[in-house]
Amino acid sequence: MSTKKVDIIFDAGCAIIDVLDKGLAMSKDEVINEIINSGLKGRGGAGFPTGLKWKFAASEQSDKKYIICNADEGEPGTFKDREILTKVPEKVFVGMALCSYAVGAEEGYIYLRGEYNYLLKDLQPKIDIFNNQMQQRGHKFIIKVKSGSGAYVCGEETSLMESMEGKRGEPRNKPPFPTVAGYNGKPTVINNVETLVYTTMIIRMGSNDFKALGTADSSGSKVFSVSGDTPNAGIFELELGMKLNEFVEEWGDGDTKAVQVGGASGHCVPRKNFDKTIIGFEGIPTGGSMMIFNSSRSMYNVLKNYLEFFVEESCGQCTPCRVGCQQLLKGIEAIKKGEKSPAYLEDLKKLAESMKIAAKCGLGQSVANPFISIADNFKEEIIY
Amino acid sequence: MVNLKINNIPVAVEEGTTILDAARKLNFRIPTLCYHPDLSIAGNCRVCVVEVKGARLLAAACATPVADGMEVMTNSEKVRSARKHVVELLLSEHNADCTKCIKNGKCELQELASEYRIGDHVFLDLVKEECKIADISSPAIAKDDSKCIRCQRCVRTCSELQNVNALAVIAKGDHQHIGTFLDKPMHEVVCTNCGQCINRCPTAALSERTYIDQVWDAINDPEKHVVVQTAPAVRIALGEELGFDPGVRVTGKMVAALRNLGFNSVLDTDFTADLTIMEEGTELLTRLKLALVDKKEDVALPMFTSCSPGWIKYIEHMYPTLLNNLSTCKSPQQMFGSLAKTYYPQKKGIDPKNIYSVSIMPCTAKKFECERPEMRDSGYQDVDVVLTTRELAMMIKQAGIDFMKLEDQKCDSLMGDSTGAAVIFGATGGVMEAAIRTAYEIVTGREIPFENLNITPVRGMEGVKEASLKIEGCVPDWSFLEGAELKVAIAHGLANAKILMDAVRDGKAAYHFIEVMACPGGCLGGGGQPIPTSLEIRQKRTEAIYAEDEGMPVRKSHENPEITQIYEEFLGKPLGHKSHELLHTHYKKRERY
Ligand SMILES: Cc1cc2nc3c(=O)[nH]c(=O)nc-3n(C[C@H](O)[C@H](O)[C@H](O)COP(=O)(O)O)c2cc1C
Ligand code: SF4
Ligand code: SF4
Ligand code: SF4
Ligand code: SF4
Ligand code: FES
Repeated sequence: MSTKKVDIIFDAGCAIIDVLDKGLAMSKDEVINEIINSGLKGRGGAGFPTGLKWKFAASEQSDKKYIICNADEGEPGTFKDREILTKVPEKVFVGMALCSYAVGAEEGYIYLRGEYNYLLKDLQPKIDIFNNQMQQRGHKFIIKVKSGSGAYVCGEETSLMESMEGKRGEPRNKPPFPTVAGYNGKPTVINNVETLVYTTMIIRMGSNDFKALGTADSSGSKVFSVSGDTPNAGIFELELGMKLNEFVEEWGDGDTKAVQVGGASGHCVPRKNFDKTIIGFEGIPTGGSMMIFNSSRSMYNVLKNYLEFFVEESCGQCTPCRVGCQQLLKGIEAIKKGEKSPAYLEDLKKLAESMKIAAKCGLGQSVANPFISIADNFKEEIIY
Repeated sequence: MVNLKINNIPVAVEEGTTILDAARKLNFRIPTLCYHPDLSIAGNCRVCVVEVKGARLLAAACATPVADGMEVMTNSEKVRSARKHVVELLLSEHNADCTKCIKNGKCELQELASEYRIGDHVFLDLVKEECKIADISSPAIAKDDSKCIRCQRCVRTCSELQNVNALAVIAKGDHQHIGTFLDKPMHEVVCTNCGQCINRCPTAALSERTYIDQVWDAINDPEKHVVVQTAPAVRIALGEELGFDPGVRVTGKMVAALRNLGFNSVLDTDFTADLTIMEEGTELLTRLKLALVDKKEDVALPMFTSCSPGWIKYIEHMYPTLLNNLSTCKSPQQMFGSLAKTYYPQKKGIDPKNIYSVSIMPCTAKKFECERPEMRDSGYQDVDVVLTTRELAMMIKQAGIDFMKLEDQKCDSLMGDSTGAAVIFGATGGVMEAAIRTAYEIVTGREIPFENLNITPVRGMEGVKEASLKIEGCVPDWSFLEGAELKVAIAHGLANAKILMDAVRDGKAAYHFIEVMACPGGCLGGGGQPIPTSLEIRQKRTEAIYAEDEGMPVRKSHENPEITQIYEEFLGKPLGHKSHELLHTHYKKRERY
């Protein structure tokens, strides 16, 4: 077995606008059912079934609904959405338009990471053309761009909406979920850039062909951003459901000690578990980041870097995350310096478990992923 | 109705009910910190988390609506562990010097810490040294970031109830904190000193500046003649700090306690509340005459009340173009202050420089007001020190007085007599009601046409109230008002004041007279009143205030015998020369930032 490269996202083989016409010729339910049948799950990290999300929003009664494309891409080491918006932006637009058609929305926003503003020079004219094409087709939908505020947490969907409304980017309580009360309190579908491209391609190729790729739980393929100790860093579209050892065989440098699957908020898998780990929703899901570490790396430093990131990027509103992140960081430093006993690591792990279930949003909830996986698998490196 | 189970007990509640409220219905207490009944839901402290069967995450009970078939556990292993972690984490970034703390014994965090037996700190101390220096730039509000748990109750208060937005969440991560515009000191920002944030702060991160020691010093100084005045709202809430339920009036005990504490003369702000009605009522009628008879165009109408210093600072910042609409009357406490160092010593034969004047107020804004440079018309600082209801309770406790057992006493005379009209100054709509009782009678020679003098349309907890009164059968002096319809409006809480002020500014409000109180419920919900506060508590205090009014032998300001006396012996007539000198003031425009 080896990993299987796929060419769906960046494939330039057809006039994309034809896919929109194909979708508009279907009924709304048919579009939604195609997406549901494809088994597509969100590629932004949380992995919620996309078709269901659309269905929920479609079933809401409201004078206004919105579609948001989440292009905040704040996860360190991830740059796939930028690549997509540079190379195949029309596929994103069509995904948004199909969604607008299916759920009955007339306004769409691309929430573009602040650092990506330079893309606008090329992107905006293309959006203008697309908006025109939509008008010609008599489909009432217009796409606008909102520039991100620069904080990692603003990629979290409700925080993103607060920020779009001109407020401080703090995550909201859920429920209500965005499909019920999102941007401006109206039903909103928010999808990742990559997710939207797949919806376009599913309407083009048919859900069954898409589903033929991947596994039952993780259908289709996904774009990975590979970084770290690899001779072959970059962006690759791969079939989901591969084993981690297959991946490491191809991308590792022969001396791979661990792979951080899913970026700072993901899990660290040590070498001994490579053959047991499936990359997908049945195993370890990822927003796309694969960071490879070889034996020269100190896993203490890796963890410390992640924690520093969270200490800084926590929005600070909820106790488990604001204070918990600081305690985890200062805690491993204190153990390292001998100011706290090695047993304190167990206290910290329990704290991380509480953060996982008690923090208000995905940021604080996921700090336990790197913390526990590194603390468990590389305990000696943390303690000594 | 939604059916669910909490700790295995079935319960049916309305759709939209939170888990917290549903649990309360079954008498399961779930601890809260960021939750406050007056405010929107934040769901940020996470101390209220509960387990919902089948859910990966714990749910914040305050922020999660119930769902059919839900099975909630409020005390599972997971819940206890997470909750304890939350409290431990909060304490780890908290300067927990409880024994030195003004909130000792009344702190929501301390209570949880004690419930969860958090003794030895498991976690590292994260309190930043620079936070330990409290901001005491304001004469009214102390802000101590080292005690702040970031629940944002203050931020929501200042924005949702007061629309001032002096406080905001600033920065993120480990730098996140509650701050002001550009982190300026409290004294330099738009803060109105209303103290509403203090009333809702669960810890001592926001508190009043206390001046108890200065008062003890004055009492102990044999040279000083210490006079004390108490505002109407104090007597209906003081009991809450001293073991009584909300809504119990303790007027007589309060007077007895003040005497016991050693004040030389125990007097009543109610007296100057009555005086305010004489001055402000006359001012209103004069403005109406200028507008209606003399057809003057630059008469500032509607006229606004001016007895709430939080409101005054708000309008100075936010609507400086409307300052002329404010009555020029000082607040009752400041009228009292200037008379306490002129009229009072003159009658008593005391050198005014030896008078030390203390106010007991439901209010923190009055601590700022007494230091305004305008408030020195007696030739001295008119009011030396303002204490809150809470501080008075503290003094009573310090003195070891068994408050519950005190026999009722009465205020001293000369500036100690009052009426029911003055008492209701403490409730929203009260100034309006008192003013109408007197003005109507001046104009028509008859009592107001309301049963038992109770002008119910101006009462109640609605944010903005409107009323109108047709004036008929005028006495000759006021015949120009014959048939006129007097239109009034009332707002309490500055967010409600904003609604009225926007309408006035845009020329969309045809009122003659507007009463504004900065605090929700009026002074009875003031920033210096006992904590906790809620709509329910404020309603109980309101009932008590109206009961106090009904129980008074005299219920109209102009019938207060000491008022007649002071005009005869000292002031001359309302709006006369002496009144202008001592009882009226002016305002200044302030910047918004
Ligand atoms: C802290 C945090 C940051 C996030 N950042 C992003 C992001 O940059 N891009 C993104 O698509 N989703 C991000 N998400 C996930 C979104 O909240 C949301 O689940 C996603 O946009 C939904 O789209 P999908 O269903 O297509 O994945 C983030 C979540 C969290 C908790
Ligand atoms: S988990 Fe962190 S980022 Fe999310 S709301 Fe809480 S403090 Fe903010
Ligand atoms: S705020 Fe509460 S917990 Fe903190 S020091 Fe004061 S009493 Fe103690
Ligand atoms: S005292 Fe009033 S105005 Fe000042 S910060 Fe507190 S709530 Fe806001
Ligand atoms: S100052 Fe008080 S009310 Fe405001 S966030 Fe801090 S603890 Fe909460
Ligand atoms: S009380 Fe529910 S999260 Fe704070």
